[in-house]
Amino acid sequence: MEYLLFICSDPAAPTYVPEEDNIQEWVAEMEGRGVTRAGDRLRPVADATTVTVRDGELIVSDGPFAETKEWIAGFDLIDCSDLDEAIEIASKHPMARFGKIEIRPIWPFDTE
Amino acid sequence: MTSPTDARGAVASSVASASAEETARIVSTLIRVTGDWALAEDCVQDAFARALVDWPVHGIPSKPGAWLTTVAKNGAIDRLRRSATERAALRQLAIVAELEQLGRDGQERSELGDGPLGDDRLRLIFTCCHPALPMEARVALTLRTVAGLTTEEIARAFLVSESTMAKRLVRARAKIRDAGIPYRVPPPRLLPGRTAGVLAVLYLLFNEGYSATGDQLVREPLAREAIRLTRLLVGLLGESPHTSEALGLLALMLFQHARTAARVDSAGDVVTLEEQDRSLWDAGAIAEGVALLRTADRRCLERHERPGRYHLQAAIAGCHLMAREAGSTDFARVAVLYEALALIAPSPVVELNRAVAVAMSQGAEAGLALVDALDRAGSLDGYYLLPATRADLLRRLGRTTEAARDYRRARDLAPSEAERRYLSRRLAEGRGSAAERSFPDGQ
Repeated sequence: MEYLLFICSDPAAPTYVPEEDNIQEWVAEMEGRGVTRAGDRLRPVADATTVTVRDGELIVSDGPFAETKEWIAGFDLIDCSDLDEAIEIASKHPMARFGKIEIRPIWPFDTE
Repeated sequence: MTSPTDARGAVASSVASASAEETARIVSTLIRVTGDWALAEDCVQDAFARALVDWPVHGIPSKPGAWLTTVAKNGAIDRLRRSATERAALRQLAIVAELEQLGRDGQERSELGDGPLGDDRLRLIFTCCHPALPMEARVALTLRTVAGLTTEEIARAFLVSESTMAKRLVRARAKIRDAGIPYRVPPPRLLPGRTAGVLAVLYLLFNEGYSATGDQLVREPLAREAIRLTRLLVGLLGESPHTSEALGLLALMLFQHARTAARVDSAGDVVTLEEQDRSLWDAGAIAEGVALLRTADRRCLERHERPGRYHLQAAIAGCHLMAREAGSTDFARVAVLYEALALIAPSPVVELNRAVAVAMSQGAEAGLALVDALDRAGSLDGYYLLPATRADLLRRLGRTTEAARDYRRARDLAPSEAERRYLSRRLAEGRGSAAERSFPDGQ
């Protein structure tokens, strides 16, 4: 099954410690296991742009669509056997410690 | 001679007992083979409905479980054949072929069974209690699929409409399928946390049944169902490392349940542990709980494990229940057990109970010092048992004016009419008595 991991910031999480960020290890392990499909960091929300079309009119606004203290800092698309494996993969990601990770199953168009 | 009414009664009771014993086994096997929760539940429910019609006419089969499995299995095959679309046909055929194999060996246990952890029912319990499901869905799903209660029965027990409960179940099954929650017993490294999660669901289920006072008749079956499921879990876990805590939980439930008849008097008022008529306690349940507790203690010693929270709570309840009268309770041991409990499950309520045990074993003064420390910490603000306990201790120390003030404080905070009546009575008495209120019933 495919899942998208939203790597999120969390103001309530412990302070980020660069020396404890083992993202390289995580990437190496997950690539070795063949479970990662894509993944990257995202630029901060200050660089976000929101687009809406209403009554045929394009509205472009700066910033994210939701004003929250938690934002998506990155993503990983993974392909693994089930939710328990997805949880295990997410739990090893350093941002599980410094932020939080939301696991969303991919919903392919050819299924209900 | 058997009258038709007797025969129907006999069939109804056979179906009821088969339902309690067989539902989880048949549903769990059908889910494993078909992967379809709703299909499995519907086919098993249909099989029981068929039994109610068929058995009065043809007699109760010698192996009701095997009969029900065959009917449920055939129902599943029928439905799959009818619904098979071309695209899904190949997979459906494979499922049908596997269904047809079921029961060929005369036994419908998991073919994948490897020791007790291979039992399909255990997969079912662990999946229903998966932490990715909302707690209320875990409870509802466990009652529906493992215990085999109808949606209507579950809705009634949780005081929601049948359609609300049906939606909750539909959403839970959909999440299992769509989020890819695996249908299995978790691997060993996940087993401790997940077993603790299952025990938490069972205890919540039990408490839903136990703590309800207003709707006792409606909810009491939940407590019995929780005990039955915990017993099943204990049996299924066998010699796995987490059995002691499951044994502890079962003992705890039996201890609390044993006092049901003594907890409320004829006027509907709460009777405290100390004042309960001990002859109303269920001696059989207590004896079984004591035996389970001893087994759990022995396992912990042999395996050098620390007792878990339910195990400790059961040991505390056991101290109360094994005393011939309230006064002969081993309160020094109770205090030590609460101290151990506070280490693994710290909570101000545990501290309050420890203070009471200290008061009973070392004197009211020592207990009051602990209660005052809790009062100052403020973490129990608004919790009526703090002033109620303080009032009792002050009364025993002869400080009646202060006691009266705390009784009033407690009465204003009390959550139920029965508790308010109890505290008003204490306030009106305004004098010391031998029967001390100490532990809130049920710890």
